[in-house]
Amino acid sequence: MQTTLKINGNDHAVDLPEDVPLLWVLRDEVGLTGTKFGCGVAACGACTVHIDGVAVRSCQVALADVDGEITTIEGVGTPQNLAPIQQAWIEHQVAQCGYCQSGQIMQAASLLSENPDPTDQDIDDAMQGNLCRCGTYPRIRAAIHDAAAKMKEA
Amino acid sequence: MGRIRTIARRTFLVGSAAIAGGVAFGAYKLNQTPPNPFAGDTEFAALNPFIVIDKDGVTIITPRAEMGQGVYTTLAALAAEELDLAWEDVRVLHGPPAKAYYNSALMAGALPGAEYNMSNFKHGFAKQIGKVGKLFDLQVTGGSTSMKDGYERLRHAGASARETLKLAAADQLGLPVTDLRTEEGHVIAPDGTRLSYVSLAEAAAQIDPPSVDLRPKSEWKLLGKTLPRLDMLAKATGTAEFGIDVRLPGMKFATVRMNPKRGDSIVRFDATEAEKMPGVEKIIDLGAGIAVVASNTWLAIQAAEAVDIEWSDAPYPDDTDAMFDAIAASFDGKANSTMRDDGDVDTAIDGGTVITAEYKMPFLAHATMEPMNATALYTGDRLDIWCGTQGPGFTRDKAAAIVGLEPDAVKVTTTLLGGGFGRRGEMDFSNYAAMIAKEMKDTPVQVTWSREEDMRNDFFRPAALARYSGVVKDGQALTLAGKVAGPSVAASSLGRLMGFAPGGPDKEHVAGAFDQPYKIPNHRIEGYLTDLAVPLGFWRSVAASVNAFMYDSFVDEMAHAAGADPLAFRLAMAQDEHMPSAKVLEAVRDMSGWTGQTPDNIGRGVAFSLSFGMPVAQVIEVEDKDGEIVITKAWIACDPGVALDPGNLQAQLMGGMMYGLSAAAYGEITFAEGEAEQLNFPDYDAMRMHTAPAVEVKILENNPHITGAGEPGTPPSMPALANALFDLTKQRARELPLIKQFDLRV
Repeated sequence: MQTTLKINGNDHAVDLPEDVPLLWVLRDEVGLTGTKFGCGVAACGACTVHIDGVAVRSCQVALADVDGEITTIEGVGTPQNLAPIQQAWIEHQVAQCGYCQSGQIMQAASLLSENPDPTDQDIDDAMQGNLCRCGTYPRIRAAIHDAAAKMKEA
Repeated sequence: MGRIRTIARRTFLVGSAAIAGGVAFGAYKLNQTPPNPFAGDTEFAALNPFIVIDKDGVTIITPRAEMGQGVYTTLAALAAEELDLAWEDVRVLHGPPAKAYYNSALMAGALPGAEYNMSNFKHGFAKQIGKVGKLFDLQVTGGSTSMKDGYERLRHAGASARETLKLAAADQLGLPVTDLRTEEGHVIAPDGTRLSYVSLAEAAAQIDPPSVDLRPKSEWKLLGKTLPRLDMLAKATGTAEFGIDVRLPGMKFATVRMNPKRGDSIVRFDATEAEKMPGVEKIIDLGAGIAVVASNTWLAIQAAEAVDIEWSDAPYPDDTDAMFDAIAASFDGKANSTMRDDGDVDTAIDGGTVITAEYKMPFLAHATMEPMNATALYTGDRLDIWCGTQGPGFTRDKAAAIVGLEPDAVKVTTTLLGGGFGRRGEMDFSNYAAMIAKEMKDTPVQVTWSREEDMRNDFFRPAALARYSGVVKDGQALTLAGKVAGPSVAASSLGRLMGFAPGGPDKEHVAGAFDQPYKIPNHRIEGYLTDLAVPLGFWRSVAASVNAFMYDSFVDEMAHAAGADPLAFRLAMAQDEHMPSAKVLEAVRDMSGWTGQTPDNIGRGVAFSLSFGMPVAQVIEVEDKDGEIVITKAWIACDPGVALDPGNLQAQLMGGMMYGLSAAAYGEITFAEGEAEQLNFPDYDAMRMHTAPAVEVKILENNPHITGAGEPGTPPSMPALANALFDLTKQRARELPLIKQFDLRV
């Protein structure tokens, strides 16, 4: 199917079968590789993006079902212009291999937009779908609390 | 990472005339400096294989790959410390496959005997043996060796480059070199004149580098401090380039479906349906499987699943029970090794309490977050490969043989690794990419595995059984005897890598058991090998991940049988044998406020393991929350000898522990009809945000020799959790994963 996706504020024309998951449209067609493939079955969260601000697993959203504006990690902030949540990730030196961190940040950003002051229980509930095989969870938790504080000040 | 392509392309000059450099080691032959892979380049000056200067500044080339363990940062810091670079100016790249980047510490681990017990003479001997790594071209990231290998080499590289730049400046200014100093990328003259390293590089590259003494620890500015990781900005912004992120003009996307029974062939296959599917461009017979080349990875995976394939049989028993029968039967044969035999374990002890226990460990998958992948371009006279690899030299050589080119005509670019844990020390994924690229001449192809393919075609952490017996009396251990049986990871993996399996006693099989720093009068550990053709691989901490659970669980059982406090029991045995080990036990006792007593709904377990030279003690706390058991807290004390980057060490110990807890709680690969039954994270789960404990890490520096940190956090986590569950429930776990026996939170 031919369609136009709005990604990070820009229009992208794509032509792919309608059942191709958004993940693979982003990675292999549009060339936005910040969104990662981890499992293909919504069990790891590495492919998390926002559609109209809400976190979704892009490996489970078929191209035909995309309805809304897409934000990927590249749209959250850039190395030259970091979002507060990315700043917090850097200050807490969260990443090890770093492969899951795009998804972690997208999930955490979605949590913070709904809940500007999450408790540890809120973080457990929101983040438990995002796997990290390096085991960076304590630093992710600290970075989310810190990002919440930063965003309140801003 | 844009730079990786530019510099690496020019590294095709491997073997051309060397600018003398690198570090002088040891004696004849082994002593010859390997060629600088950047020598002969005209666009930048390579002062030695580790320091490259071009018009934009200094780049430090790391001989090891960044897979999360922080080597990018700490190896660069070692060179930058001596070179006097400002940290914000430091840039870093992975080295290409080249002899200069051999791993000197890897072979040293193969020496007989327990590492903690090595004399200084033997450590010196280990360094000499390490040079065998140079002859074998062992450019490998693994075995927690990067810091052992790089600690002096990278500092020497920085120091020799610094002095060479000073000589160039002295020449230019007409001043004695002793009048010059260096600071933040500049040579500075007494009158304040500042010459940048960039401006001096060309002249410096013509000068024979002098040999220089290393600065004492007391003068360190970067080392010993927590530095911001050089890869952190990219990893927080989605701009870090992993193997799966390589994008080339005109690139196609492919996947493979290989024999899940691990036989070496397919009986027949029918791709008629798959060929008609959208986006499919080519279906390739790979011998032991098939590849689909398409316009999109997902379309390739769909088509691969639609190919009807009859697989050849498994070269091993069809199911897990039959495999464990084979492992159990090997106890009846002759022992392969007796790596420890103190006193006489058969001596009868009057009034002693005898205990015995049998333990069982499952096969495990690595499950790196980034599924296996590699990208390749074959042009007839040349092959390019891009992938995250722990062994780029092997990657090059295997791929060269596959496409029929000389190794010099194959270029390997090592990207960041989305997790390694030993899995990316294998060459299967790059080999398949080479085979596919050869069928797609002049078209770059990225080959990405599905998660299911990644899990069922892993090289597994071996299963094992152990039989332990012991005697305690008056609160003390008098006898500990263990027999460990299972298939050999060294035989399986080295057979693939080097083309031969080492014979003789298999030290790695019993690591984590025979080499523990405990003084027990009668102490014997024997290894029994099982001939089982399940493909096995190095898994974070290797055999220590098997043996620490079985050995330390038994030590815990002995402590309880002796009526002793489990922590004090271990401490008493370590105290006379190895001071750094005793100190980590004391540290974890103090930081956790260990009393040996816990409330009814709380359990605490302690465990200790020394692996890869590093002693690590952990205390884990579990809590019964309305019938659900939650791992709430963990304390870790460790001793790497020298804490080069405390923040990164804490991250590694924490991460190593989480990796072990994931396996201990949930991890198991089983087989049915010759195939692994677990295919994806719903079947093979790991620690997550709501199941992972809060962690405190303490780093001590009593160890006389520097160690790595990527692996030693893993082994003690498994028994610490099981011992905590015993404290809570009075049920002893003798088998993993623990989810089969306890109501752990999922």
